[in-house]
Amino acid sequence: MTSRPGYVLDVDRSTPPVLFHHGEGFRLEKLPAGRSRVIYPPEPLPGLDDPDAAIRRALLEPIDSEPLPALLWSGMKLTIAFDDLSLPLPKMRRPDIRQRVIEQVLDMAAEAGVDDVHLIAALALHRRMTEAELRHAVGDRVYDAFAPRGLLYNLDAEDPEGMVLLGTTDQGEEVELNRRAAESDLVVYVNINLVAMDGGWKSTATGLSGYRGLRHHHNVRTLRNSRSFMDQDRSELHRSNWRQGEVIRKAGVKVFQIETTLNNDLFGNGPMGTLAKREWEWTVRDRATFLAMRAGVDRAPASLRRKVFQAWEAPYELTSVQAGEVEAVHRVTTENVYRQQLVAVQGQTDILALGIPYVCPYNVNSIMNPVLVMSTGLGYFFNLHRGKPLVREGGVLIVSHPTPWEFHPVHHPSYIDFFEQVLADTTDPVEMEKKYERRFAEDEWYIHLYRTSYAYHGVHPFYMWYWGCWALQHLGGVIVVGGDPKAVRRLGFKPASTLQDALEMASDIVGRQPTITYFKVPPIMMADVS
Amino acid sequence: MIPEQLNGKRIFLTGATGFVGTALVERLLRSVSDCELVLLVRGGRRSSPERRVEREVLRNDAFDRLREELGKDRFGHETQRRITTVGGDVSRDGLGLDDAGRAALASCDTVIHSAATVAFDAPLDRAVEVNLLGPTRVVETMRSLGVKPHLVSVSTCYVAGNRRGSAPEERVENSPYFVEVDWRGEVSAARRTRDDVEAQSRTPEMLDRFHADARDALGAAGVPLLADRTEANRCAWVADRLVEAGKARAASLGWPDAYAYTKAFGEVALLEHRGDIPVTIVRPSIIESALAEPRPGWIRGFRMAEPIILSFARGLLKEFPGVPEGIVDVIPVDLVVAAICAVAARGPELEPSIIQVASGSTNPLRYRRLVDLVSEWFSENPLYDSNDQPIVVPEWTFPGRGRVQKQLERATTWLGRAEKAVTALPIRGRQAEISAEIEERRQEAERALGYVELYGAYSECEALYGVENLLALHESVPAQDREVFDFDPSSIDWDSYVRDIHLPSVVHHGRVRTSPGGRRGPTREQRLRAQVLSADRHIAAFDLENTLIASNVVASYAWLATRRLPTDERLRFVAKTLLEVPTLLALDRRDRSDFLRHFYRRYDGAPAGQVDRDSVEMFSDLILAKSFPAAIRRVREHRSLGHRTVLITGALDFVVDPLRPLFDDIVCAEMSREGDTYTGELLSVPPTAEARAQVLGDYAAAEGLRLSESVAYADSSSDLPMLEAVGFPVAVNPEPRLAAIARKRGWLVEYFDKAPGMTTRTLPLAPRPNRRRRTSARRRSA
Repeated sequence: MTSRPGYVLDVDRSTPPVLFHHGEGFRLEKLPAGRSRVIYPPEPLPGLDDPDAAIRRALLEPIDSEPLPALLWSGMKLTIAFDDLSLPLPKMRRPDIRQRVIEQVLDMAAEAGVDDVHLIAALALHRRMTEAELRHAVGDRVYDAFAPRGLLYNLDAEDPEGMVLLGTTDQGEEVELNRRAAESDLVVYVNINLVAMDGGWKSTATGLSGYRGLRHHHNVRTLRNSRSFMDQDRSELHRSNWRQGEVIRKAGVKVFQIETTLNNDLFGNGPMGTLAKREWEWTVRDRATFLAMRAGVDRAPASLRRKVFQAWEAPYELTSVQAGEVEAVHRVTTENVYRQQLVAVQGQTDILALGIPYVCPYNVNSIMNPVLVMSTGLGYFFNLHRGKPLVREGGVLIVSHPTPWEFHPVHHPSYIDFFEQVLADTTDPVEMEKKYERRFAEDEWYIHLYRTSYAYHGVHPFYMWYWGCWALQHLGGVIVVGGDPKAVRRLGFKPASTLQDALEMASDIVGRQPTITYFKVPPIMMADVS
Repeated sequence: MIPEQLNGKRIFLTGATGFVGTALVERLLRSVSDCELVLLVRGGRRSSPERRVEREVLRNDAFDRLREELGKDRFGHETQRRITTVGGDVSRDGLGLDDAGRAALASCDTVIHSAATVAFDAPLDRAVEVNLLGPTRVVETMRSLGVKPHLVSVSTCYVAGNRRGSAPEERVENSPYFVEVDWRGEVSAARRTRDDVEAQSRTPEMLDRFHADARDALGAAGVPLLADRTEANRCAWVADRLVEAGKARAASLGWPDAYAYTKAFGEVALLEHRGDIPVTIVRPSIIESALAEPRPGWIRGFRMAEPIILSFARGLLKEFPGVPEGIVDVIPVDLVVAAICAVAARGPELEPSIIQVASGSTNPLRYRRLVDLVSEWFSENPLYDSNDQPIVVPEWTFPGRGRVQKQLERATTWLGRAEKAVTALPIRGRQAEISAEIEERRQEAERALGYVELYGAYSECEALYGVENLLALHESVPAQDREVFDFDPSSIDWDSYVRDIHLPSVVHHGRVRTSPGGRRGPTREQRLRAQVLSADRHIAAFDLENTLIASNVVASYAWLATRRLPTDERLRFVAKTLLEVPTLLALDRRDRSDFLRHFYRRYDGAPAGQVDRDSVEMFSDLILAKSFPAAIRRVREHRSLGHRTVLITGALDFVVDPLRPLFDDIVCAEMSREGDTYTGELLSVPPTAEARAQVLGDYAAAEGLRLSESVAYADSSSDLPMLEAVGFPVAVNPEPRLAAIARKRGWLVEYFDKAPGMTTRTLPLAPRPNRRRRTSARRRSA
């Protein structure tokens, strides 16, 4: 199977309406001919024929490191940390790649006679994973062997006993790490590199850290200077993480990094495959499938719709696996990510259009609340570029999402208050950082919920808002198509009921004949803007 | 000259806190520079007679003019110098006067008796004691003191009874229509009726009924509150019976109501007992707002016509019985006051004289004219409904009384039934508002019915009250007095009186919406919320179920019980629990703490360690998932304001344990255990109903905090004792009964919702732990 690269389509009169993801639903939109273009992601790369063999090879022939078995010995303390449920999106069909990797690491550890092994979900300030979610990530065999004995668990970054301060970087940034990891003879980190931002020192310096460490790069100043945070070479976020990694290394924490990349096959070859196809190539069957799907989605009650979408598991395939020294491994990984995701785009646009899907890293098995809509549009998707942003400075971003005034009371309690209190007061990231961040971050109730329930940390909604802070600064306006007007206005954006209305509204900012670029994610891609 | 004649006189006045009384005090103080007043005033439950005069008489806006003319200081000085207040009660023998009071009465030159129970629906015995026996007691007291001041007794034109044609200024018993009845018989019969009705109200059957009604209204609010309400119901029932008895007796003898009937016999008894005390009887017709003095439109309290006029303007009263060409005999209060002053100044005549102050015979206001004027005025100045829409006034068709009454009775019955049905529904929050709406409608209909019954008789009364004596008196006063003390009924221009004076005053007093929107400043709700969230509050007490979370003890039990059950047993569990629901609901309604004790028995033998561990998971899966984020935010808001936050709940300790960080303290039901198993028995009385108020009271006392400065949040009428115990009660998502109570008492009502987007499960079953996925993923992906 050959896979076609990404593609930029110039819209003319004969271009059919294009598909926009719209939360738990879809819209078909006709773009103005002559001044619009659609950026399509590359097609899925072929997966590795024998993933298990590839993993074994990576562990035995690591980059800039001794082979894993040589690092394992009887009587040692081994900690295996792994990416949490925010990766990959949507979740992958079983077996999850983490399960495959962890099983092999554990086999080698067993052979070496290692019996002090802990497995930690490196979730930083994300919510704890449930039993079912952990089982999905590591597999039943691993779960049943470790969890009942308390050896497989979620990171608790608010456990005063469980975290240590390793030191500070030359720029005064504190480095905090999970105590078990810090005191282990070896930390094996199992990563899934879904986007170019993931991996490298960010895995440990962020994933196994807490508020004390994170606040040095999860802040407005750093994120405004990360242009973009998906582009490691231009990202202050990464520079800070790498500095912290340096402190981790100097503290004597030995990290064996295993990074994996997946192809972008979200929908498989079944009926869902239509969603990945380019609209002018839709067959009659595709059209019928789409119409049926949309009719079903439109008629289903919201809760059922959410259930059906969240239950979707993607048939990703492994495209690369590499292990060894963190930075060296990550360079290879990044190349592999780019190989799947990069699309060359000529020049910027006046209006960038995006369709926000039903899921982002922070609402797996949950609700995509308005704050997450902002973060996905202005944070994630806006930043999916190398070089320059797709939209020019002062341009307009149009996102399509129902943006309902809905929140998950268990997963996002601090988001509810953030939305009701902070956003009602200000949408300015600098002001909220100054006025509210600490109060939310140190709030005992939120800490209690983060530690004992399944809640994102109190500070997390702020980070989501900061994620979009560069876009907020860069853009001349944001319009949300098909969103709940009240919720959209609370975000500080303008609501429009159709794309046509949105374009009309945008003309106040960018003139009557603006250029429009529709960046058709998901699947995720990265625009290489020249 | 009236002022000169009254100068230097001491005037004893009863009924100073009433409409006419207040106007009289004001008039005498303002227009007669040097007379002294002795006011007989009943002490209130909480205030002395002096305090009542200060608050209820002198602070009335009738005195604004005088206060302005004199300046605040001189006003205070003047009133203090000229007014003596004595405590007493016209319904008690000897007027309830002490020696000083008797001395004060003895020193007076004139006595004006204007105390009466004017409520047209007063209980029979009360009306008899005050209206019938009051004047007699006044003369008896004067006789016992051996003094003979001139007694001016205020009565009513309607002592003439229901009749057509002229009703001259003559003694009641001289009327050809008077039925020969001895007033003494009426008095003892009224007193006996009271005893009979009281006895009847205490029969077991009746007490049961009052109790059942209390329970209907309050639900399981606990013994003390229910007892309170039961007794209130009994008293209300007794009063109702006596009102009916009064109406019936009055009607049987030809009077429109108990007021006119007791007043009539009051005149008879007075004239019989007066001995040689000189008496003048002044009989006004329907007294309404002032024509000019102290200012046009001045009125005190809601009189007879106002409720009807406002109901009409609000569109509530679509029809009112009456004959279009009939006469509405209305007389402005200042004319009445002027006539009384003139009588007092003139002094007694040889024979007891009677003066009627009425407009019908010399300057009649026709019913149709009045209705036209009112319609026109409200068409030009409509009231607005809650949606800012002007209310269109209905067309009046002058139907007969029977038809209107029947229509209203039917509406009242139906609304009553609907209200009962809604109250029984398991609804709460905004849905429960509907019951409050129905209740309001029913009360409106009942009120309208009341007006029709009470005033219908008056509007159909076609008597023409002669005013020869009044006019003669008017002729006799010097011309310059006629300006200041005008009581000539023909001087009233009805069109301008109704349009420019009376209706604006009625609307002003009715506090109705006369313009759309235009609401300035914070709403009532915002004001209440600001009070609740003031830094001055001490404790914020919260109920749990339906106040903080949309869940209950049954749900948490179901969750915990099914956590370890295999699938087939789960089904059996669900079926069994659903079958039990009606019994449980009934038990819960009867008594909350019995229900809890009964229900918690199910935990007998439960492994404590496992239940405790599972409860931690339940916190996320059930409690938080069904929580009201706004309510949790409110708890935190109170806490950050420095209030002591307390959760008081009948839920079990292990269920609410994860909520501890949210509150300063938690008071909950605690289950005893033997070894590692729960026994199903509680260590103490679960904090419900009155126990909850008790717990809160004890807590406050122990911490040195004040309940009057505290806030309580609860959702059900079983929490009434707690809500009533604090100064700032908040009804959260109230069930219909509490919604009705909160509305009546003006409590803050909050609607806290579950997080939007969450689905609800009626009977929440726990997800099972340790479950592998059955389908092999590898096979699926192949």
